[in-house]
Amino acid sequence: MADVPLRVLIVDDETPARRRLRELLSDCAGALPLACVGEAANGREALELLHAVSADLVLTDIEMPEMGGIEFARHVLKLPQPPVVIFTTAHDEHAVEAFEVNAVDFLVKPVRVQRLLAALEKVPRLRPVSATRLEALPSTARRFLSVTERSRVVLVPVEEILYLKAELKYITIRTAEREYLLEESLTKLEEEFGSRLVRVHRNCLVARDAIRGFERRAGGEGDAHWEVQLKGVPETLPVSRRQQSIVREIGRENRHRGEETTS
Amino acid sequence: MQPIIRQNAISLELPDLRNLGTILRIVLAVNAMTAVAALVSAPQLDLWTAQWLDMTAVVEPHLIAELAVLYALAPWLGRQSSTTGALVVAVITVGIGLGVHMLVARHVPQPPFAVLRHLLIALCAYATLLAYFGLRAKALSPAIAESRLQALQARIRPHFLFNSLNAVLSLIRSDPRQAETALLDLADLFRVLMRDNRELVPLADEIELCRQYLGLEKLRLSDRLSVEWHLNNMPGDALVPPLMLQPLLENAVYHGIEPSSAPGVVSINIFLKGGDVHAILRNPYQAEGGRHHAGNKMALANIRERLKLHFDAEGTLESRVRDAAYEVHIRIPYRTAKSTSARAPEPSTPSARRKPDRDTPAARSRLPAAAPALLDGRQGVPRG
Repeated sequence: MADVPLRVLIVDDETPARRRLRELLSDCAGALPLACVGEAANGREALELLHAVSADLVLTDIEMPEMGGIEFARHVLKLPQPPVVIFTTAHDEHAVEAFEVNAVDFLVKPVRVQRLLAALEKVPRLRPVSATRLEALPSTARRFLSVTERSRVVLVPVEEILYLKAELKYITIRTAEREYLLEESLTKLEEEFGSRLVRVHRNCLVARDAIRGFERRAGGEGDAHWEVQLKGVPETLPVSRRQQSIVREIGRENRHRGEETTS
Repeated sequence: MQPIIRQNAISLELPDLRNLGTILRIVLAVNAMTAVAALVSAPQLDLWTAQWLDMTAVVEPHLIAELAVLYALAPWLGRQSSTTGALVVAVITVGIGLGVHMLVARHVPQPPFAVLRHLLIALCAYATLLAYFGLRAKALSPAIAESRLQALQARIRPHFLFNSLNAVLSLIRSDPRQAETALLDLADLFRVLMRDNRELVPLADEIELCRQYLGLEKLRLSDRLSVEWHLNNMPGDALVPPLMLQPLLENAVYHGIEPSSAPGVVSINIFLKGGDVHAILRNPYQAEGGRHHAGNKMALANIRERLKLHFDAEGTLESRVRDAAYEVHIRIPYRTAKSTSARAPEPSTPSARRKPDRDTPAARSRLPAAAPALLDGRQGVPRG
């Protein structure tokens, strides 16, 4: 075990911060066999990189453009052999507190070489942080949902989602191009993306921006119900009786928006 | 030495008599007082307006003449001690009152002792106004003092400090000289952040500070941040509240540059136009940045408040989103150390506060209750 080098990936949007970590890793190399397998400037790049090289440990910054560290850590869990993730943070009482409460490993920047070495030595005994603990960390809504397809993590940008529909065990993500299968809870997704997605049915969340209109349709047993019409795709989605109020609410919003653009 | 009485009694400090806001306040107050006096002296309510008109025939010429004289004398008055200044204005009030009375008496016969009555009323109005401006200055200062400590702590965004230190650490082995410069810049920046920022400073000093700050940000963000300076028409000697621009640039970087991987431009355009100094700062607008904007609003409100304290209605700050850019536009009157006379220098304390190489006593504002480090109160926003 001792002679297998520890493979480390560095993720930070600031070049000097990456250089500093690289220097510190080379300082540690004497005490512990390790190899820096790559660097990335944000979570998205790092995820892409992890399809090409494998790593045992990812040292990642938290706030980065395109994809932050916490979101990255959640997507990483979908890899067949997810690496351990340790966060690096400049300073923030709130974040640090949350990490401690949830027993998530982190290093405070500027990092001391002793602290880094201690963290590296722990890695073989660590297991990736669970999704539940990551969800408890303070973070903005994710920018992507991720699904595993043929052992690759595929990212679906949240703004491309037309609707999410719960079916038996999975949730179907529908974009203009295709469908994906996701294993998450619809309720939690509604909490996270409440400003973008609206519930039209017990099993369905629709992107507000994707709604083209509503139409009244007669049901099988004679009672009529509303159906959501969508931009870009032919299928329609039923609105449940409990969610009927949104028909008027969104209709009004759309009218307002129409008036704004015409005036 | 500063008289002890100034600490406790109502200040006799004259307001800035060339400030539009001050002039407006005086005009409004005098007219309001006239209206009230007319209401008191009119025998019946329907005679009130007639009474008022009669009174304005005397009051308005006096008011306009006195404001004009004070406007002309403002720089000289500013150089006098506050008591002398207050007395001189009282004498001026009596003098103009006599003049106006003589003019009016030539056309309309006046009852005996009318001149004495006129002068007493004018002096009462003057005393009321002086007390009002004294109280106003006082009312504004405790709030400032209170927020100072808190502001000082909030001002230093920990994220910036620790990331900058981290960047400097990364340079020490490869480029010790650049690391040295960076640490010196950081020291300068913190010196300004931590000092008592009560007095106005030359704009050129503020710009230098901004350059040092942006230099440190550039170190961290390298190609992602480019800065465009348009300062050809900038009056470097204009006096500005310290830290008028730096917090805005900090916001520009935090909200406009950091959330994006694509390179972005922060532009600073400062020019003199029509007797006003304009500063326009622009940065890319990140709609999907996901950053907290409360901090930005607080910084804007804070700077706006300080501009108001120093320049009253003549200092404005506006912000808007235009062409995918976020823009902040500051307008302040062009004042220099020469035009704004310094009060008799107080040798001991203030010079110790400032950096020796930049200490020009004339550069100090004479605003007695001017804002100290009423800085932006950004609280820790969760971030990495």
